[in-house]
Amino acid sequence: MTKFEIRGVRADVLIGAEEREEILKGVDLTINSGETHAIMGPNGSGKSTLAYAIAGHPKYEITAGEVLLDGENVLEMSVDERARAGLFLAMQYPVEVPGVSMSNFLRSSVTAVRGEAPKLRAFSKELQQAMGGLAIDSSFAARGVNEGFSGGEKKRHEILQLELLKPKIAILDETDSGLDVDALKVVSAGINRARETNDVGVMLITHYTRILNYVRPDYVHVFAGGRIAESGGPELADRLESEGYERFVKAGAGQ
Amino acid sequence: MASPNLGIREHSHGAGEIPISRLDVHGSFDPQSFPVPTGREEEWRFTPLRRLRGLHDGRTIADGVVGVEIQAPGEVRVERVDRDDPRVGASFLPNDRVSALAWDSFPQFGQANVITVPKGTEAGAPVFVKATGTTHGDAYGHLVVRAEPQSSATVVLEYAGSAVYADNVEFVVEDGASLTVVSLQDWDRDAVHVSHQFATVGRDARFRSFVVTLGGDLVRLSPSVRYVGTGGDAELHGLYYTGKGQHHEHRSLIDHNESNTRSRVEYKGALSGEDAHAVWIGDVIIGEGTSGTDSYEHNRNLVLTDGTRVDSVPNLEIFTGEVEGAGHASASGRLDDIHLFYLQSRGIPADEARRLVIRGFFQELINRIEVAELRERIMAEVEEKLASHE
Repeated sequence: MTKFEIRGVRADVLIGAEEREEILKGVDLTINSGETHAIMGPNGSGKSTLAYAIAGHPKYEITAGEVLLDGENVLEMSVDERARAGLFLAMQYPVEVPGVSMSNFLRSSVTAVRGEAPKLRAFSKELQQAMGGLAIDSSFAARGVNEGFSGGEKKRHEILQLELLKPKIAILDETDSGLDVDALKVVSAGINRARETNDVGVMLITHYTRILNYVRPDYVHVFAGGRIAESGGPELADRLESEGYERFVKAGAGQ
Repeated sequence: MASPNLGIREHSHGAGEIPISRLDVHGSFDPQSFPVPTGREEEWRFTPLRRLRGLHDGRTIADGVVGVEIQAPGEVRVERVDRDDPRVGASFLPNDRVSALAWDSFPQFGQANVITVPKGTEAGAPVFVKATGTTHGDAYGHLVVRAEPQSSATVVLEYAGSAVYADNVEFVVEDGASLTVVSLQDWDRDAVHVSHQFATVGRDARFRSFVVTLGGDLVRLSPSVRYVGTGGDAELHGLYYTGKGQHHEHRSLIDHNESNTRSRVEYKGALSGEDAHAVWIGDVIIGEGTSGTDSYEHNRNLVLTDGTRVDSVPNLEIFTGEVEGAGHASASGRLDDIHLFYLQSRGIPADEARRLVIRGFFQELINRIEVAELRERIMAEVEEKLASHE
């Protein structure tokens, strides 16, 4: 049983050497293993900033508050320590790393997170199976990390990593954006497998309710103006579907 | 100096004329046509002349020994011929003093090597040309590679040992032929090498060059491409790892003097250690009256330590409005934070992430070389240099 707590987090985006702007203005959220929390909100409300700031992206800086994973202060850990402690971020725009093959990258990553190198044969079988489950052609293993992948291919590979790394808490940042219906089903099935087999706690960041038809959330939070403006159950998503974000945009702008 | 040369006029822009481009001012087989460089000239200002050990002023004591061995499959012809052979010096004019001096001096060291891939022949295996310096002193060479119409071949030039060496290399890719060249500058640490590689690309012909410079004290390599028919395609790939105190200079020139020709230039290098100096000059001319040129050049430098120096200068001169595409880019910097962040966010520790990204930087280019054994060898040598850096 894992408890992931975000308490009073404020964060800045670093724009230039001198320039910064506060985006997160006090975020509180607790996620337990097995729970799926959808974070919804208008563009520019700070949803992605929350994801990147927690993962330790160099362009963001948390200025106040704390983030605890089973009581351990995540913010004192380096980026790689956070991942080894059981945090995972599926990025909205996964990074291309030219020349580093996907298979080499995945093996290094699995070795680091599990604390020992997997047996070569067992790992290649595991990898093949996981790729098959996400309808990823095996030729991708030899290609550079995300290099020249389409948007949909990148998203599938993020979920592939989710399944291989088996984190305690997964933050999925707009994993549904840019996917057609077929790809969305494949990716959602991967997320659901990870939920069932690993009891992972999920923070599912999305702009649209579409993915929530495939990945059912336990809780829905509306993000606006750099904080959580309203929380509820799945029915809140249905309300957003019909009403839109307008009333939250107005509220956010009024601050 | 009389010499056979086809289609190129000596001093093509004489007194009183305004040169079309400063990149194309003159050429001559006579070293006296070129004043001794002082280091203030545009084309010499990045080169530490002192370290050329006389290659530019022409002392030609000629006390060095560089042996050239050639290994070729049966269908490829290998000959040694005198300088007056009509195939020698037919495709180029020396465009600087060292090139002219090399032309002047190589007969003292023996003959020119001529490699011919006969018409319509597909070479079943790469041709290996290995130049090894065994006695450290100045030495000169000349090599001609001719890919006759509709033929295809891969030629690997390998420079090793210790020498002060200047050479001219002619690649003649005739109509519809395809020639891939890998030039590996794997010299001992004290070697000095100034090399000119002149490619002439025929109608619908394809030329691919991979220049890999790892060794030497000073290496200055000038690959140039000109087209003698429409539809020619040239790709120049380069890779260098410039370590402590080394000077690696690559100066490419693509002359799109025919219509519907394509070129790509991509040179990538890493620098580490005090006084490591890399220079990349990328000149592209798109000639008057041509149309349909598609050209792009790109230089990237990965700066791994303090105390290094990079000079990266793309020059693009366009004399026509009918261009399909023309662009250039140059970027020099440290490892990309975002690459490291991505790998670390998957649990990979910082130092290992760094190693993966640096290796990936080289691997990406090495992977394009089709000769598997060369890929492994080059990566192993890069590993060796990285190990001494880390």
